[in-house]
Amino acid sequence: MKQLIVAPAPHAHSGDSVRRNMLLVILALMPAYAVAVVEFGWGALITAAISVLACICTEYVISRYVLKEQRQTIGDLSAVLTGLLLAFNLPSTIDWWIVIIGAVVAIGIGKMTFGGLGQNPFNPALVGRVFLLIAYPAQMTTWPTPQGFNGAYVDAETGATPLYYLKHIVKAGDSSVIDQLPSLMDSFLGVMGGSLGEVSAAALLIGGIFLICCRVITWHIPVAILGTVACFCACTGLAGALPEGLDTCHYIGYELLSGGLMLGAFFMATDYVTSPMSAWGKIIFGIGIGFIVMVIRTWGNYPEGMSFAILIMNACVPLLNKIRPQHFGEPKKA
Amino acid sequence: MRTFKIGGVHPQDNKQYSAHQAIKECPLPKQAIIPLVQHIGAPAQAVVEVGKKVKVGELLAKAGGFVSANICSPVSGTITKIGEWTDAWGAPGQAIYIDVEGDEWLPEIDRKPDLVHQCTLEPKEIIDKIAAAGIVGLGGACFPTHVKLLPPPGKKAEVLIVNGVECEPYLTCDHQLMMEHGEEIIIGIQILKKALGVQRAIIGIENNKPDAIAHMRELAEKQLGIEVMPLKLRYPQGGEKQLIDATIGRQVPSGALPIEVGAVVDNVATIYAVYEAVQKNKPLISRVMTVTGKSVKNPGNYCVRFGTPIEEVIELAGGVPVDTGKVIGGGPMMGRAMDHIENMPANKRLSGLLFLPEAECIRPEQENCIRCGKCVQACPMGLEPYLLQRLSELEMWDELEKHDIMDCIDCGCCVFTCPAHRRLLDGIRPGKAKVGAILRERAAAAKK
Repeated sequence: MKQLIVAPAPHAHSGDSVRRNMLLVILALMPAYAVAVVEFGWGALITAAISVLACICTEYVISRYVLKEQRQTIGDLSAVLTGLLLAFNLPSTIDWWIVIIGAVVAIGIGKMTFGGLGQNPFNPALVGRVFLLIAYPAQMTTWPTPQGFNGAYVDAETGATPLYYLKHIVKAGDSSVIDQLPSLMDSFLGVMGGSLGEVSAAALLIGGIFLICCRVITWHIPVAILGTVACFCACTGLAGALPEGLDTCHYIGYELLSGGLMLGAFFMATDYVTSPMSAWGKIIFGIGIGFIVMVIRTWGNYPEGMSFAILIMNACVPLLNKIRPQHFGEPKKA
Repeated sequence: MRTFKIGGVHPQDNKQYSAHQAIKECPLPKQAIIPLVQHIGAPAQAVVEVGKKVKVGELLAKAGGFVSANICSPVSGTITKIGEWTDAWGAPGQAIYIDVEGDEWLPEIDRKPDLVHQCTLEPKEIIDKIAAAGIVGLGGACFPTHVKLLPPPGKKAEVLIVNGVECEPYLTCDHQLMMEHGEEIIIGIQILKKALGVQRAIIGIENNKPDAIAHMRELAEKQLGIEVMPLKLRYPQGGEKQLIDATIGRQVPSGALPIEVGAVVDNVATIYAVYEAVQKNKPLISRVMTVTGKSVKNPGNYCVRFGTPIEEVIELAGGVPVDTGKVIGGGPMMGRAMDHIENMPANKRLSGLLFLPEAECIRPEQENCIRCGKCVQACPMGLEPYLLQRLSELEMWDELEKHDIMDCIDCGCCVFTCPAHRRLLDGIRPGKAKVGAILRERAAAAKK
């Protein structure tokens, strides 16, 4: 008889893989990407293509020629996902070379310097994005208004985002620009200016719920973030800090539906590598993000703070991982 | 529908191959090999000599300690050798070899098929009979059953939980036993309730066996204090602690025994053996085994006398399939892959033989841990498998103890679920062995 194969139990596997998870997240981003293409036309297509390609190339070159790894990891699709997420965080009209710099920073500094997938403490796409935000502030905060394929790629008409107005209204107590805000429905569907992939809350929500249903992510982080933001806004409203013409419900709606909140809550903060393991760890992580983003949005210098909030909480993850999951059985007897 | 509260996974149950196959008797072998370790605890001590003629049911080896079990002869014949023997996984031990001659049983064993309902024995007598019959837990752990029936002073059993869960994929022997010997199991439950002095028994059965649930319910209806509880399909529901949690909602504390929460758990096959021992004077000399796999010709449930070489059982099931990669003793989640099938007898520990095709035996290469936390979500004991594996690799024994590595039940949920195909248990098992040794040393030092 031929030699039998001997290996320790278990002899069955769920069939899950890193690649499958990455693929499902990419799939879940597709509704939002479709909205981006419809709204921003060629800009959305070109920016995303450059970003994804640049991320893959950077990972391959570093892994193959700098680290001299035997096995290449681009097949796990994590670089594709990073590239896509980076593009989602950029204005669609941004120059191509800025996208490449962002991708090189995201993969090169954000991920590969730490040893590749699974080792990075910070979300690579956000490292790239924040680097660009600091290095090229003007280009990074010039958002085109949605014009589809009609608008010329470089000369798009640009405008301030709802968050910019919102900050002005709340911080300066100036209610004169309230009519500049889009309707809540437009905010929900995404008919407004903003970064490529963040505009349509509806499309992002569909993708996020899809991920929860596929058990790729759990509900803890997104619910904690959105809940905290809503609570924070409600408190602001109840404290009477809102100027006349803006009621609490609309304020909560605008904060939840604008900027990178939905994208961040469902797709960036839930990044496996840079979020905590246990259920309570995830909830605290989400609350932290929600709180920090509102502090930045309300009192900070930037109109949007999702990237910073996530990165700051990423730094807390090793600490949050000290929170143990619920243990089976009553406390130990001495 | 009830189930346990923490973790768990949903492996494909693959029970279709051997489910509903009537239990077939396996013919007697020419030579029987009887290992002296067929249970958890001290090896049994042989009480026979080479050349002695034995009958079916005669004591071959007596329990070698408090936690140990008798071994009675499953065949009649002449003892030819008592000596070294290696099991299918390469572990050395002692075994008694018997040349089988005819099939002569001890006269006190009742071999008539009719049911014996009445049991007038006192609890002490019942427990003695169970101990004499060499009964151990047939669900997999092989813990001597009589030891469970003797709670330590100050502890009182409140409920008997009957394990009819069979959560391991592929295995169907307990299912079929419930279908064919439900009456005996019900009588066995009443006997055990009497031995323990409890009023209540719960039979836990997973909802992938609706026929067994209906059948046992029908039988239990006429009985006092026996309840059938369907449980939501989820692995490892058959784990003792998980089953107690699922049925009565109590969690056994870390490091404690089920009796701590007033529960005693016994498998249906064990209870069937109790019936036979107490009512029919028949010691534990055979069990039902599932022989199964995608490519097995006649997968089914076979009643096999201990000592029968498994090759003969496999022959009955249509031989070793050509595409076989692994032969697993037990199910795919916790069963162990055999190194060879020669010289390996059926015994109390072997609940089944699973043939996995070579194509299903490839272990994909490990990737980096992506810290997804799926192992944490899956762990039914609420541990952090990724951390335990890492700490084991780093040999940080104190940290491992603090992170409750001793609570790991080896169920394999973490490895099953890991998307990066990390072999978490390969690291955790040695860590657990080492920490266990340290704890025992410390306890011994404290005694001095």
